[in-house]
Amino acid sequence: MSAVIDTHDQDHHHGPAKGYITRWLFTTNHKDIGSMYLIFSFAMFLLGGTMAMVIRAELFQPGLQIVEPEFFNQMTTMHGLIMVFGAVMPAFVGLANWMLPLMIGAPDMALPRMNNWSFWLLPCAFLILVSTLFMEGGAPNFGWTFYAPLSTTYGPPSTTFFIFAVHIMGVSSIMGAINVIATILNMRAPGMTLMKMPLFVWTWLITAFLLIAVMPVLAGVVTMMLMDINFGTSFFDAAGGGDPVLFQHVFWFFGHPEVYIMILPAFGAVSHIIPAFSRKPLFGYASMVYAVGAIALLSFVVWAHHMFTVGMPIAGQLFFMYATMLIAVPTGVKVFNWVATMFRGSLSFETPMLFAVAFVILFTIGGFSGLMLAIAPADFQYHDTYFVVAHFHYVLVPGAIFGIFASAYFWLPKWTGHMYDETLGKTHFWLSFIGMNLAFFPMHFLGLAGMPRRIPDYALQFADFNMVSSVGAFMFGATQILFLWIVVKCVRGGKKAEANPWDGAEGLEWTIPSPAPYHTFSTPPVVK
Amino acid sequence: MHVHAKRASVFMGACLASNQALGDWTLNMAPGVTGSSNEIFDLHMTILWICVVIGIAVFAVMFWSIFAHRKSKGYKPAHFHENTVVEVLWTIIPFVILVVMAIPATATLVDMYDSSESDIDIKVTGYQWKWKYDYLNEEFGYFSNMKTSQDEIYNRIQKNEHYLLDVDNPMVIPVGKKVRFLLTANDVIHSWWVPAFGVKKDAIPGFINETWTRVDEPGIYRGQCTELCGRNHAYMPVVVKAVPEEEYNEWVAEQQASAERERELTEKDWSLEELMERGEQAYQTACAACHQADGSGMPPAFPALKGSQMVLEDVQAHLDVVVNGVPGSAMQAFGDQLSEVDLAAVITYERNAWGNDTGEVVTPKQVFDYKNEE
Ligand code: HEC
Ligand code: HEM
Ligand SMILES: [Cu+2]
Ligand SMILES: [Cu+2]
Repeated sequence: MSAVIDTHDQDHHHGPAKGYITRWLFTTNHKDIGSMYLIFSFAMFLLGGTMAMVIRAELFQPGLQIVEPEFFNQMTTMHGLIMVFGAVMPAFVGLANWMLPLMIGAPDMALPRMNNWSFWLLPCAFLILVSTLFMEGGAPNFGWTFYAPLSTTYGPPSTTFFIFAVHIMGVSSIMGAINVIATILNMRAPGMTLMKMPLFVWTWLITAFLLIAVMPVLAGVVTMMLMDINFGTSFFDAAGGGDPVLFQHVFWFFGHPEVYIMILPAFGAVSHIIPAFSRKPLFGYASMVYAVGAIALLSFVVWAHHMFTVGMPIAGQLFFMYATMLIAVPTGVKVFNWVATMFRGSLSFETPMLFAVAFVILFTIGGFSGLMLAIAPADFQYHDTYFVVAHFHYVLVPGAIFGIFASAYFWLPKWTGHMYDETLGKTHFWLSFIGMNLAFFPMHFLGLAGMPRRIPDYALQFADFNMVSSVGAFMFGATQILFLWIVVKCVRGGKKAEANPWDGAEGLEWTIPSPAPYHTFSTPPVVK
Repeated sequence: MHVHAKRASVFMGACLASNQALGDWTLNMAPGVTGSSNEIFDLHMTILWICVVIGIAVFAVMFWSIFAHRKSKGYKPAHFHENTVVEVLWTIIPFVILVVMAIPATATLVDMYDSSESDIDIKVTGYQWKWKYDYLNEEFGYFSNMKTSQDEIYNRIQKNEHYLLDVDNPMVIPVGKKVRFLLTANDVIHSWWVPAFGVKKDAIPGFINETWTRVDEPGIYRGQCTELCGRNHAYMPVVVKAVPEEEYNEWVAEQQASAERERELTEKDWSLEELMERGEQAYQTACAACHQADGSGMPPAFPALKGSQMVLEDVQAHLDVVVNGVPGSAMQAFGDQLSEVDLAAVITYERNAWGNDTGEVVTPKQVFDYKNEE
């Protein structure tokens, strides 16, 4: 791809508005909003991470040492909710805001005012969510999956605030998704046909459709809870003719696509980074696009693999088992393509590449344990044990989080105009890599040995590996402060970055100067 | 076949465990002691090996590139970016592997779902936070509570070998018989899991789930609740004792006899003294934790019963609170947790102890009638 850009036009625009509040509160600039999303997401990552540290500190040894079970349950619940809705999803929206317009040669997002609103709703939602920790009866304590009736009849009084917060997050996500779709479908530079779109754009387009499809379902299920709690309905209460299992069906109809929402954009970003540092084009572009499409479609018909023990009829069990196993095929295609891209390339291992390669390896391990979980009879043994905790952290931490780190290091020069400190970046990577594996690999063993999840205290035979896991977790947690330092340092100064600091990187975003001017592509480039 | 291997490893394990009090480094699932659990174990090992082999193949290629195809070594990149044959192959081969995997998985599942023709039916009910086992054909049932003490949990004394995995009344089943479990719950969703049986099923309020097992080896098998069910989710273990058939029959006879004794006790005429004596015991085990041994409670959380208006005057209200509990408070419904005799005794005790001297007797018959007219 090559582009012709017209830079003199930029002089006619204003820079950012003067005054702190006007600049950030009222901004409609996709770069400002992208930065705000990223900063917010990192703050939430630290908050959710702190809660994980509390969890791991309590689990360091058997017995109750530092927190009571009530509070422990609040910690697991808030950790899960904050990581999923506060850290991972906003980070991807932040990357989308920054990069989509630059990648497709658009001057901004299609709906800039809505963009502002969808961001500012998020801090409101999380203020409400986090405030529940200080309410009477404590924060939500029923797990991030909030199964009824534990979350309805037996939930704490703060549940209604939790529901309100989820609604606001949902509105924000849907607006973000609409914006992404409108931007991608309408604002591509002339000549950029669908099958010429960069993969990050493709994966985000598909993610946005997933969001629009399932966030209303989440809104529906929390509304049904709200009715059950406050208005006397019995959707999930058997005593009134309802069905607690209905809750799980509706929740996971949202929940499974949700896990792909948290990984597809990372697939996209990694599909830019690996070719760049392999100095070789992405292998199988078209099959990558089809694979993402297939994964997205299949993600709608596998939800009940989270419910193999609820007592579904055998036909249901079999259907969901087969459908889930099938997802391994397109996922495998993606992994094979990344490896084939590296194969016979000319590889170098700057920090983004390190994170991207770790992404491929560790995500694949998470995919393997996912395949094991898909085998329904075996899932009877794995379900709701630490094996599951290991599985989803292998797809979320090295998947989503490493994907985000890789993207951040890859695009930081473009955002700040400076190179980050490579030595510190590599240190961040290796400490994260070792800490993460130390924390989560032993969880496989714990699960197979029979340790249930969501418990503050455990039988003695689980003591050794829990201690190892906690040590790894503390190491991983502490390392993330380093990332904050690296970013601050890079914003403040450092070696000047060229328009394209990576010799192998391609795409429109690298044709504009670094740092990216406040307004870019006011005249669309032409893609040949 | 794994059962035998297991027997040997249990023996070895027992020898090792004696000199190693804390923890062990178990890496893998254990094969268990039933047909289903062995089949599951085989599936688990098969899929694990498939993953390992594919993983090694993929990562081998990757690490080859990482070591050999480096820019720092001056390696010049190739330029290929697609190859239809390869791409079709690595779509089809995994698909075939999955189909091969799905066949034994389906067979195992079909097997596990066949809970017909059982020899014994046990209803398992999850409560916050204990299990109740009702032997449906033999007409008796009882609660199973965790036995681990608060002192162990709060690290005030040395933890027992079966820390958190010990109960007062384990479920007892005979070896070699097909036992069917009918699972439900009283409040929230729980999940009943015995890893050695390969049985895990949710206990859902208002619904009944079915599953079954046939245990080959006598022994004590331990598991836990695996569905988050509130504060004490970590503290509702499952313990099943599998015994030879004769022993099981004796145990059943004993249980039935004591259930019969309970029934007779209900019929019997009780004097105030007898009820007071029994009531004191029941009170200490079931109520004193909150209302305190001297009836003074811990206001405002737990009201005093000594001098309480309700306890001194309104019998019906007193019965109602104890039998049905107070919804939305810590006061549980004791109606199906204590026998009629114990309920009557406890209520009588409360009405006459600590200077509450009403002189009133509440008989087991009265409690029985009260429960039945509801
Ligand atoms: C887990 C703590 C707990 C246990 C155990 C407990 N109670 Fe209570 N009990 C309460 C609480 C809390 C209340 C107040 C309920 C309310 O009105 O909100 C209460 C209220 C009562 C009252 C009504 C007192 C009044 O003056 O209104 C009676 C009677 C009573 N309990 C009897 C018993 C008996 C009998 C037992 C044992 C079989 C028992 N309780 C066990 C917590 C407990
Ligand atoms: C900082 C590193 C992290 C550590 C040490 C950590 C640790 C843990 C632990 C120990 C649990 C299990 C709690 C329990 O079952 O009792 C847990 C649950 C969970 N974690 Fe993490 N985690 C980390 C990062 C993440 C990230 C990045 C995400 C998401 C993107 C995430 C998502 C979740 C979710 C969804 C749950 C389930 C919560 C529930 O059971 O309801 N975690 N985490
Ligand atoms: Cu899923
Ligand atoms: Cu539980």
